[in-house]
Amino acid sequence: MASDGAEDHRLPRIASSIRVIPDFPKPGILFQDITTLLLDPEAFKDTIDMFVERYRDKEISVVAGIEARGFIFGPPIALAIGAKFVPMRKPKKLPGEVISEEYSLEYGTDKMEMHVGAVQAGDRALVIDDLIATGGTLAAAMRLLDRVGAEVVECACVIELPELKGRDKLGGRPLFVLVKAV
Amino acid sequence: MAVREGKEQDPRIPRIASSIRVVPDFPKKGIMFQDITTLLLDPKAFKDTVDLFVERYTGRDISVVAGVEARGFIFGPPIALAIGAKFVPLRKPKKLPGEVISENYVLEYGTDCLEMHVGAVQPGERALVVDDLVATGGTLCAAISLLERAGAEVVECACVIELPELKGRERLNGKYIYILMESH
Repeated sequence: MASDGAEDHRLPRIASSIRVIPDFPKPGILFQDITTLLLDPEAFKDTIDMFVERYRDKEISVVAGIEARGFIFGPPIALAIGAKFVPMRKPKKLPGEVISEEYSLEYGTDKMEMHVGAVQAGDRALVIDDLIATGGTLAAAMRLLDRVGAEVVECACVIELPELKGRDKLGGRPLFVLVKAV
Repeated sequence: MAVREGKEQDPRIPRIASSIRVVPDFPKKGIMFQDITTLLLDPKAFKDTVDLFVERYTGRDISVVAGVEARGFIFGPPIALAIGAKFVPLRKPKKLPGEVISENYVLEYGTDCLEMHVGAVQPGERALVVDDLVATGGTLCAAISLLERAGAEVVECACVIELPELKGRERLNGKYIYILMESH
């Protein structure tokens, strides 16, 4: 697990707290398991602090977190910077009126939903997830925010899998990650 | 949203209560769904909610906050971070990679299952269970069971909302539950 160069002294502990599980969810995949990071209170706090330090003076009004691991990292960031937290969910989980965006999976498609009225035109938004792989999920979240007239300032993830080139799917929007898994 | 009667109320509670939206007939007809997403859109109400739990649990040697997927993932981590505890996600089947223990529980129709990582919790740890709402108590019971099977002591369950008519409290068999408001 490599972490970004010119390094914040907190990164090695964060990177080494992440566990790699081979062959999950299927053979050949090396799964980046952040649950072990959550078992290290100092590493978890440092992770949140690094995002908060980056975003606190950027007038962010919305932190959108992608179900389900984006729900773990998004809210503490939102609370610290005084932004709304908006959950982006799988279909049929959000009650009331929603807008929906389809995205591609390796086989087939899935859908992501956001509440109507959660985000206003002109809101400055972050999109948070634990990891970016192909970028399909983050791109869908950005499209939902674009559709209601929000400005997506940045996407932020703990981990990037650079070989899957997810960064290229973000339509030129910036991506900030703490560690790159090679 | 009816708030708890007869008890001296923290002045932050009315704003929190009124920030919660009720959505009728979700997920099916006849159910009045307590939607906490509107609470999350009010930064002060969300911060106050977390602060109320943190004030209660600071200094009580709690080393584990277990959050029930998915809305327990929203409230649990901020509490864990503030009190210096580990956060342990309790998940639907097949979501957690690696070795897990499983607990089945009864739904209105059929059963469901909750899983926890082996090794996340050590014997003797003091734990909280956090979820947004307690209804029948089935999910909380399964959560308590997982933690106790790993040898932890469940100090309390903490939820934002209780639906008292569904008698979840009785199902918890003497385990303490702390809630911010009731909905009738």
